[in-house]
Amino acid sequence: MLNKLREHTPIQMTLGLLMGICFGFLLQKGGVTHYGIIMGQLLLSDWTVVTVMLSAVVTGMIGIYLLRIPSLVRLHKKSGSFGSTVIGGLIFGIGFALLGYCPGTVAGAVGQGSLDALLGGVLGMLLGTAIYSILYDRLERKILHVGEFGKITLPQLLGVGPWPVILSSTAAILLFMIILELAGI
Amino acid sequence: MVTNFKSGDKWRVYKSGPVCKVVTRAALLLSTLAAAVAAAAAEGPLIPAGDPTIWQMKRWSPYAAGIGIGVLSWLVFLLSDNTLGASGSYAKTAGMLEKFLRGRKVAERAYYRENPPEIGWGWMLLVGVVIGAFLSAYLSGDFRLGMIPPMWKDRIGTDVLLRWLTAFGGGILLGIGSRWADGCTSGHGISGTLQLVVSSWVAVICFFIGGVMTALIIYH
Repeated sequence: MLNKLREHTPIQMTLGLLMGICFGFLLQKGGVTHYGIIMGQLLLSDWTVVTVMLSAVVTGMIGIYLLRIPSLVRLHKKSGSFGSTVIGGLIFGIGFALLGYCPGTVAGAVGQGSLDALLGGVLGMLLGTAIYSILYDRLERKILHVGEFGKITLPQLLGVGPWPVILSSTAAILLFMIILELAGI
Repeated sequence: MVTNFKSGDKWRVYKSGPVCKVVTRAALLLSTLAAAVAAAAAEGPLIPAGDPTIWQMKRWSPYAAGIGIGVLSWLVFLLSDNTLGASGSYAKTAGMLEKFLRGRKVAERAYYRENPPEIGWGWMLLVGVVIGAFLSAYLSGDFRLGMIPPMWKDRIGTDVLLRWLTAFGGGILLGIGSRWADGCTSGHGISGTLQLVVSSWVAVICFFIGGVMTALIIYH
């Protein structure tokens, strides 16, 4: 039944659109489509962005690993390396602060009428991804595979089952949120 | 039990069973509802006086928004065997545009052979994000056309060209960086971290190191 649903292209296209509408709605209601909120986070004066992300991570993590027990879902792991994840991540970070939106929230910002997101951010991202497609060949050969750390999860890295990691990271995230609330930021 | 949703399968002719029909109807019903809400919003406020409804609130608690996104991620894994992510769809759009302008030879580039530039689930998701954010902003009266965000106006100034250049340059780096790191704040920062993937935790830490350092330089 799930297989049929997942292979049904028209349904998947519709579901993608509906899930996107929910995602965009939640991002905008969470305030993270606003330039000021994102820059406040990067200046460490407003912790809304991290609060939204960590709440999503705790909720998502517990649900996905529970759904995995009866094999209803499978994980979609990405491999990584120093050359790809660290260097790419730092370039991303510089762009993130210059633009003041990230790839998901810039689409949300377009929806709320932010023209800097549409004319600057989206057009820039289209050019940037096109530039990357040209560089890809050379990067793939020389940089992307330097210092690989593989397609692994934290439990695999630590050599333990998933639940000890899920419970301890949930506890750490909740403690962090309590500290943020007490500090009043 | 669990299948791969391979890109090659996307445009295959499908068999429609009773379950699929029910889900199609449900999807149609939901889109009709969304259209009705949008139409009602265009007519004026849903409730004329008194406290705003949750739909009309400009902001929800960040915990509520985050928990909502977490629950949404369950549905994405369960119903679509996919993850919430945004940056890959910009590359697909750029590829489709370049193919349109410069012909089919663009698709021979190694990156596009591995990531075909075509409309799929993730592309529809990104279109949905624009619509969903519009609905949220429109319902709450938060929709505002503007080139310069208030914080930029207060701290940096009203030069439209300066804001555009910074945003465009930032967008280029964001496009390159997100593909270089194979994910963005959604794909790595939410979907990858919630699966406890090592590369995603490394990526999100690097996003914030680069972002915080650059932000401190801009607003020193």
